[in-house]
Amino acid sequence: MTAVIAPPGQRSNNAAGAAFVRRTPAPTLPPPVAMTGILGWLRKNLFANVLSAILTILTILFLAWIIPPIVKFLLIDAVWTGDDREACLVSDIRPRVGACWPFVRDRFAYFIYGSYPASERWRVDAFFLLLAVSTTWLLWLDAPRRALGAVNFFVVLPLASYVLLSGASAIGLPTVDTALWGGMLVTIVVSAVGIVVSLPLGILLALGRRSRMPAVKLFSVLFIEFVRGVPLITVLFMASVMLPLFVPPAWAPDKLIRALVGVALFASAYMAEVVRAGLQSIPRSQYEGAAALGLSYWQTMGLVILPQALRVTIPNILNSYIALFKDTTLVFIVGIFDFLKTIEIGRADPKWATPVTSATGYAFAALVYFVFCYLMSRYALRIEWRLGAGRRDMKVSNL
Amino acid sequence: MNSTAERRRPPKVSLLYHPTFHSIVYQIALSAFVLFVAYQLIKNVIDNLRSAAIATGFAFWNHTAGFDISQTLIEYAPQVSTYGRAFWVGLLNTLLVAALGIVFATILGFLIGIGRLSRNIMVARLTGGYVEVIRNLPLLLQLYFWYNAVLKALPELANSTVLRGGIVLNNRGLFLPQPMFGEGAGAVLGAGIAAVAIAVALHVVARRRQLRTGRRPPVFALSLLLVVGLPVAAFFAVGVSVNFEYPQAGRFNIRGGIEILPEFMALLFGLVIYTAAFIGEAVRAGIQAVSKGQTEAAYALGLRPGYTLRLVVIPQAMRVIMPPLTNQYLNLTKNSSLAVAIGYPDFVQIFTGSVLNLTGQAVEVVAITMAVYLSISLVTSLVLNLYNARLARPEW
Repeated sequence: MTAVIAPPGQRSNNAAGAAFVRRTPAPTLPPPVAMTGILGWLRKNLFANVLSAILTILTILFLAWIIPPIVKFLLIDAVWTGDDREACLVSDIRPRVGACWPFVRDRFAYFIYGSYPASERWRVDAFFLLLAVSTTWLLWLDAPRRALGAVNFFVVLPLASYVLLSGASAIGLPTVDTALWGGMLVTIVVSAVGIVVSLPLGILLALGRRSRMPAVKLFSVLFIEFVRGVPLITVLFMASVMLPLFVPPAWAPDKLIRALVGVALFASAYMAEVVRAGLQSIPRSQYEGAAALGLSYWQTMGLVILPQALRVTIPNILNSYIALFKDTTLVFIVGIFDFLKTIEIGRADPKWATPVTSATGYAFAALVYFVFCYLMSRYALRIEWRLGAGRRDMKVSNL
Repeated sequence: MNSTAERRRPPKVSLLYHPTFHSIVYQIALSAFVLFVAYQLIKNVIDNLRSAAIATGFAFWNHTAGFDISQTLIEYAPQVSTYGRAFWVGLLNTLLVAALGIVFATILGFLIGIGRLSRNIMVARLTGGYVEVIRNLPLLLQLYFWYNAVLKALPELANSTVLRGGIVLNNRGLFLPQPMFGEGAGAVLGAGIAAVAIAVALHVVARRRQLRTGRRPPVFALSLLLVVGLPVAAFFAVGVSVNFEYPQAGRFNIRGGIEILPEFMALLFGLVIYTAAFIGEAVRAGIQAVSKGQTEAAYALGLRPGYTLRLVVIPQAMRVIMPPLTNQYLNLTKNSSLAVAIGYPDFVQIFTGSVLNLTGQAVEVVAITMAVYLSISLVTSLVLNLYNARLARPEW
């Protein structure tokens, strides 16, 4: 029954100076109330000290100041039905007007297709579908025949999309002038062309920058640093005003092509740096191993280095795609109508001109861009996590 | 011995397969290709310019510009000033918004980055949400929002909001009272500059003493006293008359005071809020890169939390933060060219826009534009690399 705390041998040594030696363990005390349960959580996470408490209160006040008006504008006071601006004006039955959603519904087709002829819009839908399938094939790490998926994405898809969207009279698709393209279609075409061109070009530039040949290295570095040193707007300006001067007058490219060239060159320089980071992460022994096997430069790169480097680069490629997707908004500068520009135009339409139209349009645009970019960044994070899985597993097995 | 010597000699390879020969052929071929393309492009440009009868050369620099600019930091008159003058006006406007943007974005970005690591869940979530939302929306959309939905929705001139201190706010901009300094302002300014210089010197001396003896003289209170006290003393000794010129609302415009354009405010707001999200991420990553053992070791040595942060964590975190921070500063400067979209008269809007349209000399104007941005990028990264090298020095 009685538990002895001090071993008997030592007791005789210590007992001389000790007046009292406890023979039984003290009963376990309950944990302090303030450290457990909801109270403890609140105290630890929200009111740890005076500064923390002040910050918590300020944050709550800030949220209370900013969130109710947004919810009111977007949902509670919002107008959901109507045919023109009358529905979204302040009147006796509607003292406060929030977002004017009928405006978005009315102009929705314009936001998606621009001025693409209504009878031909199925082609745009088919393009979206084709793009979605090809992208899934390329990005889904467990998809079957992924090599074929890459060929599809970088060769078949661009050609098929061009025929589908631009038209070919030989197979009965009437030609649609690129001046009529607009809205989400242009945003997606510009960003997709940007990624399809910039990835191969960026890989070449990155290899060039790491090359041992001085001339190759010099040209690559000059191109990359020049493009990265100037804003996209000036690249687009250059594409817009100088591209027609660079070619014989008969070849003068249309506006969309000019924007595409500018965006593709710009994206390539940034992609080159992303790929270079991936190349640098490959240990030297991989190069040496490939050299020991007698592989040539292109065999080494194609069979050993790039497959590993690109795999670890996928999250960063996705992140630069997100940046590119946001940057496509700047193509308005060369006079083509991307998604944001169509909203800017729709906002100025007298049929819908009300005090809330601008905010509604921007809220819709923000929602669309946010959903796109957020999903892509989540996917990038997931791939990053999955690519780290090999390393994590190794740690466990080494134990 | 003989056999190893033989083995060391490279095997004889036919010239066709020799790596050095390959490399030289590749480089000659690439250089020839680049030169050929460049030649073709230049030839086409010259032909096209000749057939379109567009003037070439930089003579336009001294021609009268003839267009008005809404914000000029240096003297500019549309009927008298030249395109060259317009160039400087635009460049200064760009540098103004970039410099202010960098200062505010750094402050906000550091607060956001530190907030994300806060043990207070509310603060961590709020700053995390800020970063997620702002980084996933295009900057142009944010600029449009600030300009069209917020600033342009402010009251009209007739119903201007008058804030405390004579500040007037309406949809034409923000109007601040302008201080008009009378006699003796120079003395106060001089005292202020002298106080700051002495405080810096004291700080350097204190730092040296601390490195030598381990003890830091209490110079902080002294420098605070100096920086505040000296100008105030000078003020009372000399006696300065400061008058404020208040903005006066007329029927059609506002006269007097300092006028801040809504375009400028929207651009500054947008750039600061957008860039701060990215700086916040850089700061968070930098602080997280300092291992926890450093903090624990500092506590074990008896350093208080404030000193731990200042002397142990921040110097190490700054080494990680500096490279991405440099990138963000450059991005902010480049992004200021989005001014075109909302009509702030920055360098691109004035020079690459108006001057190019009026002169039609695309090649020269675009070349100058590129040169300007490349110089800004080079100078900024040069300065920050110097600072970075100082940070990286181990004995610092």
